[in-house]
Amino acid sequence: MDKAALASALGSPGTFGQSQFAFMRGNAFEAKVKADGGKELLRLLGIDDPAGALVPDLAAAGPEGRAARTALALREATAAGAWTLLDHPLLALDVAGSPAYVEPDAVVVGPDGRWTVVEIKSFPMIDASADSSKVGAAARQAAVYVLALERVAAVTDAAQVAPGILLVCPKDFSNLPTASVVDVRKQLSVTRRQLARLTRVEDIAAALPEGVTFDLEACSADELTAAVESVPHAYAPDCLAACELAFHCRDRARQAGAVQTLGRSVRGELGGLTTVGGVLAAARGEAGDPADPAVAALRRAAALRAEALAGTAGVPEAGVCR
Amino acid sequence: MSLIATLARLEAVESGRAQPLATVRHRRLTERPMVFVPLTTAGEAGAPLGALVGTDREEPRLLVVAQPRDRDLRSAFLAELADVLLPYVDGFGDDVELVERKETDAETGKKVTVEVELCADAAQLIVPSRAGAEFVRLLGRSMRFRRTAEQDPDTPYPAPPRVPLLGRWLTHYGERARVPGSSLLLAATDLLNRHWATGQSSLEDQHLGALLAWIDPPDGESGAQAALRAELGRDREGMLLRPPAGPATDPVFDNRRLAPAMERYDRARQLLAAAEDGESADERLGELHRAEREIRRLVADQMRPTWDAVWRALDLVRTLPEGSRVEDRWTRDRWSFTAHRDRVRAGEPPQPRRDDAVTAAQKLAARETAQAQLEAQEALDDPLVLAGRRLSGEAFVSEVIDVEMAWSESKRPSPRPLLTVRTEDHPHLGGRSAKVYRSLDGKPQTAQFVRYEEDGTLVLRVTDRMGRGKDPAEGSVPVKGDRIAWTLFEHDQRGGPKLPDPEETPWTHGGPPAGFAGGTPGSHVAEMPDLVTPEDLL
Repeated sequence: MDKAALASALGSPGTFGQSQFAFMRGNAFEAKVKADGGKELLRLLGIDDPAGALVPDLAAAGPEGRAARTALALREATAAGAWTLLDHPLLALDVAGSPAYVEPDAVVVGPDGRWTVVEIKSFPMIDASADSSKVGAAARQAAVYVLALERVAAVTDAAQVAPGILLVCPKDFSNLPTASVVDVRKQLSVTRRQLARLTRVEDIAAALPEGVTFDLEACSADELTAAVESVPHAYAPDCLAACELAFHCRDRARQAGAVQTLGRSVRGELGGLTTVGGVLAAARGEAGDPADPAVAALRRAAALRAEALAGTAGVPEAGVCR
Repeated sequence: MSLIATLARLEAVESGRAQPLATVRHRRLTERPMVFVPLTTAGEAGAPLGALVGTDREEPRLLVVAQPRDRDLRSAFLAELADVLLPYVDGFGDDVELVERKETDAETGKKVTVEVELCADAAQLIVPSRAGAEFVRLLGRSMRFRRTAEQDPDTPYPAPPRVPLLGRWLTHYGERARVPGSSLLLAATDLLNRHWATGQSSLEDQHLGALLAWIDPPDGESGAQAALRAELGRDREGMLLRPPAGPATDPVFDNRRLAPAMERYDRARQLLAAAEDGESADERLGELHRAEREIRRLVADQMRPTWDAVWRALDLVRTLPEGSRVEDRWTRDRWSFTAHRDRVRAGEPPQPRRDDAVTAAQKLAARETAQAQLEAQEALDDPLVLAGRRLSGEAFVSEVIDVEMAWSESKRPSPRPLLTVRTEDHPHLGGRSAKVYRSLDGKPQTAQFVRYEEDGTLVLRVTDRMGRGKDPAEGSVPVKGDRIAWTLFEHDQRGGPKLPDPEETPWTHGGPPAGFAGGTPGSHVAEMPDLVTPEDLL
């Protein structure tokens, strides 16, 4: 499903997209890293005298074909006991009961049968450190590849997947690659748990009301809106960075007066009160049980805030203090 | 976020307008700040695309790199930036006052009073957003190790004069911005977010346009509507009405406008290089200038709304009166500025790539102290901030209902008056002898918590700032009916324990830094410039 197109059809387009400058730069850098039969890459892996690696052809028809070709190449490379570079292999992964294909930038097979995921990014490593949020995102991404590789390794003799991935980035402000091994064991266990907990796609589909469709061509904007509204949403501000439909969900959450539009932590702070109107009514003493600690705290907060804003802090009111 | 701030956000949602989070201004705004609105090229670390910079809101200086992959054009940009920023920074270097300071004499180890210079004011840099402040750091890092032809005639791609110096200043500003409460380098979004609560999340508050829309919505429109327009509104051709405040550009702008214009520019340059006679060269030069003007116009159009927004933000924040303790923090900023001026004038090498262990520990300790100090000072300056501390039990406002004189039981009795106070707040006084503080003529006065009376009133014993005599100095003891704000936190922050000298760095922290290994102490090894390759895009 094309969520970006769906968001546009609903009238709340997101703001995603990639600049062609970034795209070109990323591609050029990746090509440079993999040039010369992976010589540079092996050097980054710490091989002193890289004579170049075997680079098997992974082309095949269809994703199933490519994934099978990749598995075969991995087996052959492990058996061959030579440095092998798999350029853009395709791996299969079971996500919520349906197969998904993932494509790492590269996988290097060592003579000892170790498989290492290589992730090439074009954000810089300046003075040997890179933006932690970007590294975190790369690690989460690579963990998925490691997971998919482990499935293949389980049925391959003498193969093991390295828990550390090789992150390759431009050094400082130059075009020279530099690399760092990033331990993704933590991300691996998180991803594994999340995948195991995912509701199966069929179950999600079964829970939908009969006849709901997100067919962009067959439906009008109103029908699409109704279709999306039939699905519950759990909007939080972090969605804005990740989902094309976030603006639509934000609109719905705001209309419902949900307090989590202000942040997930706000929701936790306010206890059982979940709507803006409800919280403000409780704070003003128009609703809510004063014995509820959340309500009591809100009333105190509202009183203190009003007092400070009124500028009466220095003048005691009769009856308040005496 | 405190409950009071959450409440302010909820009120903002309801009213459709941002609500105050402060009653005074907690940051210094100088009379003539330098506003810097940078744009960068997507995908290139620190490759500037353009900037609007200046101290006059009507006349920003426009700097544009027509082709960011061209090293010469980038160098020209940096040289121009240095031309604008360095005279501004230098302008504050010579207006100094002399102040006395206690220093430890290097030879005798005794404390001596010396007279040192302190710049009367400091250069202030304002950027649109946190990302802008981070970009200042990045620019500083990319420039400070570069070499000019004068410094090193063999350097492969010499930097224009003064560019490394600008790099050192920008590094200093980027570093100082990490000290809580500092005002040398400020992001407009941080300034606004400190003083107002919007009806959106703190994540969305990083968008300068949306933030301003909440604080200052157009007539007849709610903050939420105006903010949505600022976030997503596009013209008929798909360009954002409010381009991002940078330094990253809108990808749609990059792909539809900038990329074709750059292509035209590149083609015009190739044609000019291939021109065979004077006449065609003139014509092609004209074409090149047209292509360049077009890029300048495009980039300027992307930055202008942000430029205006930053000045609008400054106007809004200036409407608040300055908090009385802001001056104290600004003085620290002036010390920081003066210290860096001195390092530059003494010809010291640029800041190292990585701090040594002692410097890093010092910085961290200084930031922690500054954070605690900032929290205390803001609460003392601003009843609305104090309200948050009262809510959390870290402060209380009380009325004095009785004062009973008492004295200490030493040979020379000192006054230790007992106050009975009543408060509606719920301070977390813990056990006996908890200390509380109030501000007396800007200085903290300490009292000790003695006990709760049966009717819920508190008894406090005042312990200092009453003069040397047997009887307390006039005005130093509260009288019946006084309403006093007490805090459970200290007003001044003491620094932590002294750290060892760099040459004494223990092996657990990497041992003495390289400059001290066998050479003379104090002579740091100057760092090498970054590696460059001919094909580098930056």
